[in-house]
Amino acid sequence: MLISNLETAPGHRVVAHMGIAQGSTVRAKHAGKDILAGLKNIVGGELKAYTDLMQEARAEAVERMTAEAKAMGANAVLNVRFVTTSITAGAAEILAYGSAVTVEPV
Amino acid sequence: MEASFWLETLNLWFLLALLVVGYGAGRWQERRHYRSIRLREQTLRHVVALNTRYVPEGVQATGARLVSGSVVISSDYFKTFVAGFRAFFGGRFRGYETLLERARREALLRLKQEAHNAGATLVIGVRFESTTVAGSSTPSVEVMAFGTALFTPR
Repeated sequence: MLISNLETAPGHRVVAHMGIAQGSTVRAKHAGKDILAGLKNIVGGELKAYTDLMQEARAEAVERMTAEAKAMGANAVLNVRFVTTSITAGAAEILAYGSAVTVEPV
Repeated sequence: MEASFWLETLNLWFLLALLVVGYGAGRWQERRHYRSIRLREQTLRHVVALNTRYVPEGVQATGARLVSGSVVISSDYFKTFVAGFRAFFGGRFRGYETLLERARREALLRLKQEAHNAGATLVIGVRFESTTVAGSSTPSVEVMAFGTALFTPR
């Protein structure tokens, strides 16, 4: 599966368009991590637990998007975008979407 | 009388301690982070990131892969405290400028590292996105960089 945030697939040619494929996930961090992050807030710096959380969530969103594209019969997703919305304090939705297409190597 | 004075002003001392710890640790951490960023920027110099949407002329791409890098970085207690005053008087606040700059450079570095690990030296269509991570009094921000790594025949 070729995934790219470009409108074209480098080294490939688009032969069919299937429409928009999307995948999303809503994540919340657990209390233990939140307390640790609270302490980290005094001294500043990277909040590793949150970085990991966001990365995991994004990977999950991309995975779901890929699965949807595959179900449409596509072999590539182009023009991929990411959107993050915080729903409440401590929970966020991560959405990945793009155009499901069929490509072939040139 | 002595003891009651300390007890009554306990809140103030607590705040002062947090400010001192925040200032010291925050500065130390920032300096350490900048040093690490500069070092890694040197070692990853061969990976070029562009924000153009098309494959540059002369580059023959055989494949592509989405690469990304992200970081959640938090302000410290001292910076947040000063920012409160800044918000009242207005003007430029260097503390937050460096915070965001660090986050952005770190995200780009992680993107380059991922591209390097995948065996690519050119990333195009790079975009930055930042989100504030809510949930606590001290603001923290997530910066994410993503782009398309190109594979070229050797």
